[in-house]
Amino acid sequence: MARGRRQLTAAAWTGAAALALVLAVTLGTLATVALRAEFASGLGPADWAAVRFTLLQAVVSATLSVALGIPVARALARRRFAGRGLLITLLGAPFILPVIVAALGLIAVFGRNGIVSQALLWAGLEPVSIYGVQGVILAHVFFNLPLATRLILQGWLAIPGERFRLAASLGFGPGDIARTLERPMLRQVVPGAFLVILLLCLTSFAVALALGGGPRATTVELAIYQAFRYDFDLGKAALLALVQVLIAGSAALVALRLTLPAGLGGGLDRTIRRWDAAHPLLRLQDGLLIALAALFLILPLVMIAVNGLPALASLPASVFTATLRSLAVALISAFATIALALPLSAWIVQRRARIVELFGTLTIAASPLVIGTGLFILLFPIVDPAALALPVTALVNAVMALPFALRALVPALTAIEADYGPLADSLGMTGRARLRRLWLPRLRRPLGFATGLAAALSMGDLGVIAMFADPEGGTLPLALYRLMGAYRMDAAAGAALILLASSLALFWIFDRGGRLDADA
Amino acid sequence: MKALTIAAGFAAIASAAAAETPVLTIYTYDSFVAEWGPGPAIEAAFEESCGCDLQFVTAGDGAELLSRLRLEGARSDADIVLGLDNNLMAAAHASGLFAPADIEMPELDLPIDWEDDTFIPFDWSWFAFVYDKTRLPNPPHSFADLMAMDYSILIQDPRSSTPGLGLLFWVKSVFGDQAQEAWEKLNPKIVTVTKGWTESYGMFLEGEADLVLSYTTSPAYHVIAEDDDSKAAAAFADGNYLQIEVAAKLAASDEPELADAFLAFMLSDAFQSVIPTTNWMYPAVLPEGGLPDGFVELERPDRSLIYLGDDVDNIRDEALDEWLAAAAN
Repeated sequence: MARGRRQLTAAAWTGAAALALVLAVTLGTLATVALRAEFASGLGPADWAAVRFTLLQAVVSATLSVALGIPVARALARRRFAGRGLLITLLGAPFILPVIVAALGLIAVFGRNGIVSQALLWAGLEPVSIYGVQGVILAHVFFNLPLATRLILQGWLAIPGERFRLAASLGFGPGDIARTLERPMLRQVVPGAFLVILLLCLTSFAVALALGGGPRATTVELAIYQAFRYDFDLGKAALLALVQVLIAGSAALVALRLTLPAGLGGGLDRTIRRWDAAHPLLRLQDGLLIALAALFLILPLVMIAVNGLPALASLPASVFTATLRSLAVALISAFATIALALPLSAWIVQRRARIVELFGTLTIAASPLVIGTGLFILLFPIVDPAALALPVTALVNAVMALPFALRALVPALTAIEADYGPLADSLGMTGRARLRRLWLPRLRRPLGFATGLAAALSMGDLGVIAMFADPEGGTLPLALYRLMGAYRMDAAAGAALILLASSLALFWIFDRGGRLDADA
Repeated sequence: MKALTIAAGFAAIASAAAAETPVLTIYTYDSFVAEWGPGPAIEAAFEESCGCDLQFVTAGDGAELLSRLRLEGARSDADIVLGLDNNLMAAAHASGLFAPADIEMPELDLPIDWEDDTFIPFDWSWFAFVYDKTRLPNPPHSFADLMAMDYSILIQDPRSSTPGLGLLFWVKSVFGDQAQEAWEKLNPKIVTVTKGWTESYGMFLEGEADLVLSYTTSPAYHVIAEDDDSKAAAAFADGNYLQIEVAAKLAASDEPELADAFLAFMLSDAFQSVIPTTNWMYPAVLPEGGLPDGFVELERPDRSLIYLGDDVDNIRDEALDEWLAAAAN
């Protein structure tokens, strides 16, 4: 027992160090900005309007994404078909793309000149209008439905095959399966997925603005921009950032309270066969759902590829060096994410430290502008910020990707501990042995997913690099913006294709590595 | 201990080298130093004669440049900031970070008289609505046309973008107290408001709207770089609002003479002749060879609108409130 205790302490120490780093990057930078402020004007009615709009659009977007994600994930979980693996990989694509690339892809499909409108005109109907509330929702669902699907699918795949076998032998129909197996799993996975998407929508303002059709689409993050750009009002920026974190924190508290712990007993990792879903009507329903979701997600990606291909041959060399730089940053930040996420997950699960999970999840709600400024204020007196552009980008990206990694790892580790923890304890398997013999083998799938996601996210993120970049050292997203900013839209389309391809490749390599066994 | 000695040695070498070649640090916006931007040619040309090392440090745009300099304060390495504009000048003056330039001013080719001796113009253009002649045979010639007819427009948010802020001032300077009513009439035509110029111009090229808020000089890019003369910018009878981009010397610069030398160089032919086809703006001083083809044919508005002076920030806040109020109705 004493030994186990000491080992736990070691795990907690590593976890505490990881948490300290995360807090320094998020709340520490916020405090730095606030301390640097000379004055702070309070929040006016316009700011509160921004808070209300931010909350509203985030709740609607997250609800829709999750509500649509559940049936799609269920369909993917109980069907096997050619191209399923590819489709699951492509599910990672939309939300790792820089906003502007994804928005242009959406416009190529749903815009005034897009293929949907062209088809409608050809059929003698009115073209669709993407701009307005429907545009914001469309874009957010495009970004987040795949993420919701992936996170929920992760939950479905974690239900041991033996339970479905048992259910089949008891003669359970789809309704019984839903009640006994799927709903408990959903209560475990859905609040977390909802939370992550809600937080993502809280801080994403470029989409809301570009497709929202007007200034009513003002989010808190935009108000932070305004405070910085117009009045150099650091106090107000910090205050708004704090409001954003508080909203996110309250949402996280509610979501984590709603999450049910697992506890039904383990399985033997057999391939899952679903006797319950053989009914032709169910097959049709699932097929339709998958086809619709695939079409909705893949068409814009195809348009990005089609627009980008002609420019590939004539891209400036700087785009390729920027690609290499981005790949390096992505790999470093992906491994940093795991290095942070694994000890934190262990701490959260073993100590039931929900508060740690809360802090680890809040990082998405931190304003990139405030993080960048805070780090700048901290680093500027010591070193040349441009010299640290890439390491800082990697670190901030790692912290930003942490909530996704925790979403994948914490439920999985909770299940492992519930299923095998007592056995491991009775064998005296602690510390390293437990990590190597129990956790790592059984966490392969979520680890692969989390690493891939973190790498791809970092690849596509503009984040703080814009604040620190030196002229010769930009990443690929920055190079893409530079091309567009210089009217060179064709070359930018080529760069967008490279970005899409390399993000997907990174995601695929890690994610595939994690699920080599079950999805063949 | 050894490592320390080596480090000290390196530091000594570095400072000796620094003593031989002075370094001129210029803070500018990102697109200025892109390989297709003006930066590389200008760096090479200035280093030929100055016996110095010119180093660029970048931030996103003019507003971010000013924020960054205010964050860094007197400790900044910057000797020159290049890329603020008329709308930022009042705030920049008030910051007290900049010093008057000690240079001989050549004759400037600006639509207005220039009096400021701290902020030196290097290029300029008018904000304008750009359209595709093949898609829009009847372009607007005034805000009245824009409000009366069935156009679709893309603009940028004044809170996050320079042209977006320009339009806010433009409407305010044309309509004064009636600006809110003007926005209420314009809003139904506005397809969407994007965070930056990049997004809306990209959407315009995809055919999402008839008109996009950009510059009168934007069509020159399509003519010169793409051999495409289908784009045009509408000159308005009300006048078009000016953007004048400026550079200034930092008061805390440790190379003030070199900084002045650069500001003088900035108004010379070697700098100014590069500007039109790299920054796609009018040069502040007419180059010896005149303007390149593609610029000569551009339509020019008869009236130039601009707010200069200390109350710019108040006008901006008032105009923004009106814009937001109009959108809420």
